[in-house]
Amino acid sequence: MTGPTALPRDLHPLAWWAWAIGLATAASLTTNPLLLLLIMGSATVVVMARRSGHPFGRSFRLYVLLALFTVVMRVVFRIVFGGQEIGHVLLDLPEIPLPDWAAGIRLLGPVTSEAALAGLYDGLRLAAIIICVGAANSLANPKRVLASVPPALYEIGTALVVAVTIFPQLAESARRVRAAQALRGGATSGVGRLRRFLVPVLEDALERSLSLAAGMDTRGYGRSGGASVRERWVTGSLLLLALTGICVGTYAWLDPTAPQVLALPMLAAGVAVAVVGLASAGRRVQRTRYRPDAWRGAELLTVGVGVAVAVLGWYVSHTQVVVAYPGVDVVPYLSPLALALGVLGALPAVATPVPATAPVRREVMA
Amino acid sequence: MNGHGVIELRDIGFRYDQHQVLAGVDLSLEEGELVLVSGRTGVGKSTLLGIVTGLVPRFTGGVLTGDVLLDGQSIVDQPPRERAHLVGYVGQDPLAGFVADTVEEELAYGMEQLGTAPETMRRRVEETLDLLGIADLRSRDLRTLSGGQQQRVAIGAVLTTHPRVLVLDEPTSALDPTAAEEVLATITRLVHDLGLTVLLAEHRLERVVPFADRICLVTGDGGIRVDEPHRILVDSPVAPPLVHLGRLVGWDPLPLTVRDARRLARSLPDVAPPEPTSASAAEPLLAARGVTVVHGSHVAVRGVDLTLASGQVTVLMGRNGSGKSSLIWALQGTGRRRSGTVDVAGDDPSELAPSERRPRVGLVPQTAADLLYLETVAEECAAADAGAEAEPGTCRGLLDRLAPGIDETVHPRDLSEGQRLALALSIILTARPPVVLLDEPTRGLDYAGKAELARIVADLAADDHAVLLATHDVEFAAHVADEVVVMAEGEIVSQGTPRRVLAESPSFAPQVTKVLGPPWLVVEEVAAALARTGAGRP
Repeated sequence: MTGPTALPRDLHPLAWWAWAIGLATAASLTTNPLLLLLIMGSATVVVMARRSGHPFGRSFRLYVLLALFTVVMRVVFRIVFGGQEIGHVLLDLPEIPLPDWAAGIRLLGPVTSEAALAGLYDGLRLAAIIICVGAANSLANPKRVLASVPPALYEIGTALVVAVTIFPQLAESARRVRAAQALRGGATSGVGRLRRFLVPVLEDALERSLSLAAGMDTRGYGRSGGASVRERWVTGSLLLLALTGICVGTYAWLDPTAPQVLALPMLAAGVAVAVVGLASAGRRVQRTRYRPDAWRGAELLTVGVGVAVAVLGWYVSHTQVVVAYPGVDVVPYLSPLALALGVLGALPAVATPVPATAPVRREVMA
Repeated sequence: MNGHGVIELRDIGFRYDQHQVLAGVDLSLEEGELVLVSGRTGVGKSTLLGIVTGLVPRFTGGVLTGDVLLDGQSIVDQPPRERAHLVGYVGQDPLAGFVADTVEEELAYGMEQLGTAPETMRRRVEETLDLLGIADLRSRDLRTLSGGQQQRVAIGAVLTTHPRVLVLDEPTSALDPTAAEEVLATITRLVHDLGLTVLLAEHRLERVVPFADRICLVTGDGGIRVDEPHRILVDSPVAPPLVHLGRLVGWDPLPLTVRDARRLARSLPDVAPPEPTSASAAEPLLAARGVTVVHGSHVAVRGVDLTLASGQVTVLMGRNGSGKSSLIWALQGTGRRRSGTVDVAGDDPSELAPSERRPRVGLVPQTAADLLYLETVAEECAAADAGAEAEPGTCRGLLDRLAPGIDETVHPRDLSEGQRLALALSIILTARPPVVLLDEPTRGLDYAGKAELARIVADLAADDHAVLLATHDVEFAAHVADEVVVMAEGEIVSQGTPRRVLAESPSFAPQVTKVLGPPWLVVEEVAAALARTGAGRP
């Protein structure tokens, strides 16, 4: 167990994701607004207590806004498109008559408290899931997540990290080119304008990519290490075989007319071969990790909390249906178990070490 | 090193299609040697470096012949990644080559690829942080570092794999004088303390020549000449002002450092120092008062007063991030001012539409290529004429004056750095702005390119334009400036004639001033003075 006296360090990013997915799972299994608010509250408390200094740590506010927007949209949709005819009418709006071809769609009409509440509960459920994902994103640096992929997928992981890094640079380049193009006259509309803007930005991006590729290559990215031609050939064919198996299996599974013998068995075989292939590829990788994220007690605890919340959520939704899915005509309430479930999610806020990454000092370069 | 160097190039030839870049090149680098690759733009300096790193021909195309040996073993068939533990490469723009986020991760990246043991990695990262004096930056985001810091991190990142040879392509070209000195001091320390072999290309010889053990001059006809600096520089087409001074007064051997030259200068005949040119009362074209620019919580420009007068060239200097670009964009009107006024013939450019700004203030941005988007020079010129509603041929006429003889079917990206700048400037000038602002136009120009730019700027001033240009290049500033403005932390810290501002500052003094003392600024003044007194080459 990690007490509050634990030394500051960053928690393994995958632990945060496991915790967040657990909370999101529980949230998806209920429409009880009290429980949903509790889960959202737990996630927020943890983010406030344990978010680190990387730029993604500041993104939580955006997710909160998105969640709020989702709830509002959900309710507004219920009002605009009507829905339940029966129930307590809150506001008697006139129904807008629609032509015959739009039969089945109702515009406005009387607003019942039941419809509005159903919209609210549904919106809250989505909002809770959004908040959980946002919490994971602001607690765990996405680049560290990508960096902790198995060795065989390392190259792809690096490519993704680079893509994430390049994106802000592209925005910067776009801003620069837009300012520069305003310095000269010429086409200001249509294709001409698009071309004026796109050509320099794309040229710039291409040049950057080339110099980045050159830089990575000279520093040893993609070294074959000691693998012999035979080993590489074996790994390559294993992965190709696995890909084929998974493709055929997925297709058969989704297409009911395909012979079912191809479906799950093929999929399973494909996955199995893929695991063997990845292991074979990983074995010959001569790469090491600098200061890899450790997996210790606090990580286990965080994952455990996530799993426990998910399991409890599933249990509540199956055994206490009235609590998990309250009707819109009664006041929702919480059972002791549901209350525990909601509060449990906030445990990592005190049980994990303080992140080591201090907020980054920003120096604006002119 | 039983007779051969660390790196040996044997009978190297390289060509693109029909164009032979290098032919019959032999070069051997000894252990612990700093070899400077010099030559005019486009003669194949980067090609030579690329052959050592393996990036040529893999990233450039072309046909390579000959052999490259490292410690006697041929590595010519190995791609760059397989040479990573032997040859370290740092490019011109360190930011473009960074893979990781933070300084520490970037330093470790190369070692991770090579499969270095975790304990060794940890130790080497700490050692490298100390060696380069960047330990306090360890957890910083690479993008928030200054140019000099980025360059040192990039050097550190290749050092952690303990390569035998370090290859640097213009490591100081984007840096201000102080940051460049920092980086060069670091490189020299590596050569002295670690016995690292360094191969370095650089345009600004005045910065690097004192540190070089040998110079490899790429002659342009496919060959190279390798010798000690003072022998090569006797007749090299590219040479720092110090060498030009030495050639003028016939010093032998040529002085390579300011210290040597100062000792030799005692023997110079007494000549009358140049007369300070009297400032003519010129008509002000742009008047800025109390200009303040704020980016977020960072004050980029703080209450700057500046007047640009017709026929005057004002040079804006200061370290990277001191607010030069922000000021230039604010004067043009695109950059948002927090407060202050800008007055161009009665109008405030920030209140005008972009099309109305263009005939008042012209600006050539730092990356001139951002302005260009068409496939040929002729199309660019035609678009500029149409955009400015000028007579067809106006832009082409301007271009012919600025940089004569550019083939109009050429793609703008195939032009040399200087020609591309001239094209961008012609496009801006097509709208006939009386005020012209240039943001770091000397970047990437060699001595010939800078001389050409100096002529262009002088021509603009002679045409009664008011010119403001930002640059790090003190020698260039000494040549063109009527007035020098030095900025720091967004404020103007000194302002006046170059003779006052440049000569007084230890970091901005040109080499001739360092040798002969103020008021001398450029070699041409010494030549004129010597001619007047009749004492010339002995």
